[in-house]
Amino acid sequence: MSDLTSLTLTQVRDKLAAKDVSATETTTTCIDRIAATEPSIKALLHYDPQNALDQAKALDAAGRKPEQTLFGVPLVIKDAICVKDAPTTCASKILERFVPFYDAFVIERLKSRGAVILGKANMDEFAMGSSTENSAFAVTRNPWDLERVPGGSSGGSAASVAAGQCFAALGTDTGGSIRQPASFCGVVGLKPTYGRVSRYGLVAYGSSLDQIGPLTRTPADAAAVLTAIAGHDPRDSTCSPSESSDYESELAKATDLKGVRLGVPEEYWGEGVDDEVRSACQSAIDSAAELGAEIVPVSMPHTKYAVATYYVLAMAEASSNLARFDGVRYGYRDPNAEELIDMYETSRTTGFGDEVKRRIMLGTYVLSAGYYDAYYRKAARVRRLIRQDYLDAFERCDILVGPVSPFTAFKVDEKTADPLQMYLSDIFTLSLNLAGLPGLSLPVGLGSVSSMPIGLQMIGPAFSESSLLCSAHVLAKAMPTMTNPSGLV
Amino acid sequence: MNISKDEAAKVAKLARLRLDDDKLALFAGQMDDILGHMAVLNELDTENVDPLYSPVAHSTPYRKDEAFKTTERSDVLANAPEDDGQFFIVPRIV
Repeated sequence: MSDLTSLTLTQVRDKLAAKDVSATETTTTCIDRIAATEPSIKALLHYDPQNALDQAKALDAAGRKPEQTLFGVPLVIKDAICVKDAPTTCASKILERFVPFYDAFVIERLKSRGAVILGKANMDEFAMGSSTENSAFAVTRNPWDLERVPGGSSGGSAASVAAGQCFAALGTDTGGSIRQPASFCGVVGLKPTYGRVSRYGLVAYGSSLDQIGPLTRTPADAAAVLTAIAGHDPRDSTCSPSESSDYESELAKATDLKGVRLGVPEEYWGEGVDDEVRSACQSAIDSAAELGAEIVPVSMPHTKYAVATYYVLAMAEASSNLARFDGVRYGYRDPNAEELIDMYETSRTTGFGDEVKRRIMLGTYVLSAGYYDAYYRKAARVRRLIRQDYLDAFERCDILVGPVSPFTAFKVDEKTADPLQMYLSDIFTLSLNLAGLPGLSLPVGLGSVSSMPIGLQMIGPAFSESSLLCSAHVLAKAMPTMTNPSGLV
Repeated sequence: MNISKDEAAKVAKLARLRLDDDKLALFAGQMDDILGHMAVLNELDTENVDPLYSPVAHSTPYRKDEAFKTTERSDVLANAPEDDGQFFIVPRIV
């Protein structure tokens, strides 16, 4: 990476504010980095360098305004989020030619803060997957090892940040889709509280679970992006009406972890967790203790039910949300269909990939007459028990910690033949989506065997992003520095 | 739990998907595996537990029931596979 692209978002922003560099220079540097790395990692689905340069030149010409806290900072956006006049495909053939005529709420916010939108990041189709292998257009590679996946479904966003193509990216997290790729690629990933960030303009997958959040190099960078995108939006009725904070300014007060009770759930360290993951996460917890944190053992007795609960509910919501892709108003339409039902069936069959079809069918099944109570309502009841586990745990601690994933990034094609095994890999991330809580993945070093990045997951009560980011900010300083990804020159 | 190919075909029809025999057999087996795993939920007695459908804690906001224009017709039609400038065009229904 060049001197500029190896900087954090807050560092480059300081240089921009001091006029040491211009928006055009930061953007040009990122464009050069994309040209050098994109053939290897394929992190982006849509990328228009001229458009990015035009944005940067317009910013430089107008000059920085006080509210433009991200002035001249190039960012990448997951392709599930609508950016006006840029293709938004959700990595699906059914949306291959879809060009939104409006910006998502988060894009409005980023633009008003002076960010440069570089392009759209690859993902698992409709955010369904844990490896970015389900994209209809490309398989993104992990910058630390090109034979391995970047995680999913925000794998393009994570790989782009890790590779130095941009200073931050937006991802979405329905069951771990920000935290798991952040962990696999050695970057910070923050899934905010459900309702903290508006979902207006986000293509829905599981509406009661989806949340937009940042992938960055540091917790301070995540705080800067969250400060920009959090807040009330009346166009999303699930968006919280409560005031969001200036998360960034609060970080300055955090110097140690004295008084912070870190809960360690016993169920997050059991069978199936690789030794190198266990060891790296334990070292991070030991460091937290040295910084003053009190370590509190806790129990989350319903953890083993989280995968089943999540997939019943997520697939049910997906089958409903994806019913809108019928070839009538947007997206792919089979040109040979002779009547309406035929058009629905052939358009959807051609447009959706296998993972999406499988989830739609499972969702349709669990919602169908005769099975609704046995699956959907049952899972919704267990969801309350899982949420109660968290509420009980937070009576005894402030932040829960554990691995993001039981293992480091796996090899491309290693898990594609067995969808159930792929689903089970999400066991530590998806339960907090069921509860609507915020979670953060913090890089804590490289595995002793795989030499791949490992992430520590930090989970807080609802709307505790400030304390979560402050703790991560302090702990990050005690963690090994994530150097340039070893898979890239 | 034993999802047959016929049952998978029935679900595919409900979901407006058209799958060939090989794919139906593959999906039936995978659905069987996945739904089999979901049976773990039956270990729990949830009779007195209220379902939780959303983690949202605030009450649903209401807006005034007022008609207003949000966008231009041409913008809405711009992504349509087929339109006549006024409406979406679809194949004949009857």
